[in-house]
Amino acid sequence: MDLSMKWLSDYVKIDVPVKQFCYDITMTGSKVEGYETEGSEIRNVVVGRLLSVTPHENSDHLLVCQVDVGKESPIQIVTGANNVREGDLVPVALDGSTLPGGVSIKRGKLRGVESNGMLCSLGELKLTTHDFPYAIENGIFILQEDCKPGDDIHDAIGLNDTKVEFEITPNRPDCLSVIGLAREAAATYKIPFKTPSPEYLGVRGDINEQLSVTVENQKLCKRYIGGMVRNVKIEPSPRWLRERLRASGVRPINNLVDITNYVMLEYGQPMHAFDARYVSGRSIHVRTARDGETITTLDGAVRELSPEMLVIADAEKPVAVAGVMGGEYSGIMPDTVDVIFESACFDGASVRRTAKKLGMRTDSSARFEKGLDPEGCMPAIRRAFELVEMLKCGEPLDSVIDCRSETPVRPAIPFDPDWINGFLGTEIPESDMVGYLKQLEFELRDGMIYAPSFRTDIESKADIAEEVARFYGYNNIPGAELTGVANAQLTPKQKLLRNLETACTALGLYEIETFSFISPKYYDKINLPADSKLRNSVVITNPLGEDTSVMRTSVLPSLCEVLSRNYNFRNPAAALFELGNEYIPTEPGKLPEEPARLSVGLYGNGADFFSLKGIIEGIFEYLGIDGVEYEAAAEGCGFDELSMFHPGRVAVAKIGDKPIAILGEMHPAVAENYGIGTKTYCAKLNVTELLDVETAERVYKPLPKYPAATRDISLICDDEMPVAGLEKLIRNAVGGVLESIRLFDVYKGEQIAGGKKSVAFSIVMRSSEGTLTDDQADAAMKRVRKALSGAGAEVR
Amino acid sequence: MKQQLEQIALAARAELSKISDQADLEALRIRFLGKKGELTAIMKGMAGLSAEERPVIGQLANRIRAEIEQEITERLAEIKAAASEAKLRAERLDVTLPGTAPKLGKIHPMDKVLHDIEDIFIGMGFDIAEGPEVEYDYYNFEALNLPPDHPARDTQDTFYVTDNVLLRTQTSSVQIHVMENKKPPIRIISPGRVYRSDPLDATHSPIFHQIECLVVDKGITMATLVGTLDMLLKRIYGEECKIRLRPHHFPFTEPSAEVDIVCFNCGGKGCSMCKGEGYVELLGAGMVHPKVLANCGIDPEVYSGFAFGLGLERMTMGKYGINDLRLLYENDLRFLGQF
Repeated sequence: MDLSMKWLSDYVKIDVPVKQFCYDITMTGSKVEGYETEGSEIRNVVVGRLLSVTPHENSDHLLVCQVDVGKESPIQIVTGANNVREGDLVPVALDGSTLPGGVSIKRGKLRGVESNGMLCSLGELKLTTHDFPYAIENGIFILQEDCKPGDDIHDAIGLNDTKVEFEITPNRPDCLSVIGLAREAAATYKIPFKTPSPEYLGVRGDINEQLSVTVENQKLCKRYIGGMVRNVKIEPSPRWLRERLRASGVRPINNLVDITNYVMLEYGQPMHAFDARYVSGRSIHVRTARDGETITTLDGAVRELSPEMLVIADAEKPVAVAGVMGGEYSGIMPDTVDVIFESACFDGASVRRTAKKLGMRTDSSARFEKGLDPEGCMPAIRRAFELVEMLKCGEPLDSVIDCRSETPVRPAIPFDPDWINGFLGTEIPESDMVGYLKQLEFELRDGMIYAPSFRTDIESKADIAEEVARFYGYNNIPGAELTGVANAQLTPKQKLLRNLETACTALGLYEIETFSFISPKYYDKINLPADSKLRNSVVITNPLGEDTSVMRTSVLPSLCEVLSRNYNFRNPAAALFELGNEYIPTEPGKLPEEPARLSVGLYGNGADFFSLKGIIEGIFEYLGIDGVEYEAAAEGCGFDELSMFHPGRVAVAKIGDKPIAILGEMHPAVAENYGIGTKTYCAKLNVTELLDVETAERVYKPLPKYPAATRDISLICDDEMPVAGLEKLIRNAVGGVLESIRLFDVYKGEQIAGGKKSVAFSIVMRSSEGTLTDDQADAAMKRVRKALSGAGAEVR
Repeated sequence: MKQQLEQIALAARAELSKISDQADLEALRIRFLGKKGELTAIMKGMAGLSAEERPVIGQLANRIRAEIEQEITERLAEIKAAASEAKLRAERLDVTLPGTAPKLGKIHPMDKVLHDIEDIFIGMGFDIAEGPEVEYDYYNFEALNLPPDHPARDTQDTFYVTDNVLLRTQTSSVQIHVMENKKPPIRIISPGRVYRSDPLDATHSPIFHQIECLVVDKGITMATLVGTLDMLLKRIYGEECKIRLRPHHFPFTEPSAEVDIVCFNCGGKGCSMCKGEGYVELLGAGMVHPKVLANCGIDPEVYSGFAFGLGLERMTMGKYGINDLRLLYENDLRFLGQF
């Protein structure tokens, strides 16, 4: 809402500078976004009278003017425009002046002839013919104002208003008006304020002979007032009215239309004007649209109406979409004679839905949808008639048709100053509270408070407390300590997430944050099979774009995007992790599951599969989770993202039978999809599922008292045989005296037959009961050898 | 013989003074004192001496031997000390070269700020509550006093999944879950992702993070809200931080306020960042609307509460002087490495 300070001053005198006013009214609850002094970019532009206009000696299209700018002697200015004549009054930008857009004007020579400034067009002053209908767009602005040479242009054309931009919250439609803001301003400064009551004479006549109004849907139309103005004279509005519309951001059109807009801005009540010639049967029906009905609205668009939309119809067809926009056909034309004025109160929700569905939000619908006061209709139409008479542009009939459903009952709210102070934590005297409320036109009667009808937002004691608080001053409320005993702790999940974060950063990973919605194409980028259940995502029906249209069912594509981005930024190496959610659809209409996931990604700096695996192992170690087993991942491994990995370099980590993580090298085809030209490694760990895993309770084991016996063993086996299997065999064969097994060599190549590999372990054995004898150690190794050969390994 | 002995002593001493090497010193010891050394050879000739001479010469020989041994030992110590010093000198490092320890990873700046805030709240006795991001309309709007067709719904451009399921636009939805499941006293915060259909630019993102705070108990007043905000923001931004409350409107609080903080950039003088106001908007707050309490089965005549919501992106950007929100989601390592 843009407020003209000149307009405001009709109702309340503000004695402080505009900056202070903006601050003060913001602090009582009407937030100012900013203010702008009209024409503030224009400096050193004055009115000039053209004393002579002669052709330029060196040019066919330039003219040389001698201009009286109110100084002792005239100045010479060269202009390219051809609409200027001797005697014209024009805006003159003098030497050293500035114009909108940062243009500065300097003395100079045009084709050898001195020019001491510039004659200005409307556009150069950032104005249009809507502001000055008598001027032309292409040419110098010939002034028809009451002014003389040397006058500052701001004063000459009334470009001296200040426009204050308010952010009005949706609960206060009454403040979408000059009067509403005047009331707030008066309350802010505790100045008496009286709501105006418009007066008009009118011409004698029975409206019922001219017009009939039937409200067929009383639920959606709480009140409809129809009035009539006869013998209108359509012409541009006077300057003062155009100026105020302009300062409020509304384009002047013609006097009758301008009056409806003026009243809307001033009173907050949208109005509409119909050309009576085109209201068939001179009968108005407020009804819902019929199937298949259409209307061509004022903006020239043909709109299809649907049966839930409220329309204003004549005997045959809709002539306006109620509260949203009028029809083109029944709009005010230069030859309009009789005008029907509408001042009505439509249901907010209905207007909101209709405007939304038709895709046209107007100043009118924006007000109606917030819920207007039916009591506002009558003052508005009376004000419109008052203006018609003031502008002498028609003859309002002195009677109107007023159709209304029953008057809403204003809620009675108990006035309880102690409760208010108790709720706010203040000690505001009762008399002050009464003062604030009366200033806002609240009525106090028999210990009850009645809000004025335009305050549709006031329903309860808490609302009253807010009214008191905002005029007492929010910043005068003292701070009180939050007392009482409370204890708090992180939940197991929150602790786990923090531990994961600590482990990942300790292992050298950088944390990332990615969007939870992705493009469905991302599933193709990770080569996800066409029938994968992960392709079934929660779909956003109104996304910003395809890239953010589905909720991810896997965190890995987001990770790949970030790896790719860093690769493209030429960051030589990356080690990343993210703790994020996946969104897994359940039943239709029900909420998805949102399991937490950890993703890890690496490239560069010598990263290989085992550096990734080392990180995953490190994470489990930090969490105190033992017994994680790794196996080559194959179809059905529990992770559909298997498709994005190199088939020979991908593992699944399991706890018991439960797959808990997948880790591996990115498939070259996937790397190509992401434009990553280096080996890249990714992992995903199911965090939510980890919550069910028992972590080992750590119990102190005494440090060894007796020496250990160490034996190395080297063997040759099929290349296919996983080392983890060999290790398991050894573990079982050694039995209770085993302390540790360390793999120290895997070799393929010369001296080893094709398809075979050589593997070497160092086995440490120790007893807690005494020094292990050679015999005992040898016996254990004998069991190991037997077990290994039994499994087809050849011990060397 | 006596003369011979004294000559040996003299020669040994002369040689000794020239030696600077441990091996040469050993050779010298063998040459003079070894089994086949010069002194030993002379001592062997003592058999031919008279009984009077023998003890005298013997004594002299032993004394000379002891003296040479002593001097060799001393020289050895000197040589060792010199060698050790030379070695240490040679091993000198340029201690200003960079360390080579394994690189630590880093926490995302937003999560760093979040943890700081969470820790402050935990210290004040607030639990951390969670709720779904894909949410029913009821929890995001209706229970928060935003019935269907409420105009304030337009101020939060919502992503919908179905008519009834949406991406939450505010963490306030968690208030309802908490109050449905727990009776007062309630003290929680709820950090998390929220979604609004604002295109990504330097100050907006379709995904961002809020931290909701909710307190419900007997005797909670607007003054408690003011005091809590003041304490919290002083802990986050330092003792000298100054805030102000402005009346505002949220459907789920009454009275409602927006809270501004003195501009991080200009300290209140007014600059381009705060549009000359001296303050920047920080968060929305208010007393929990009686209807919201009642919707959750809490009697508003007995209990009252306050709530506020912090914007994590804005706080992170303020703390680190980040001027473009997109950096937080771009995850460029050159950015992440700075925190």
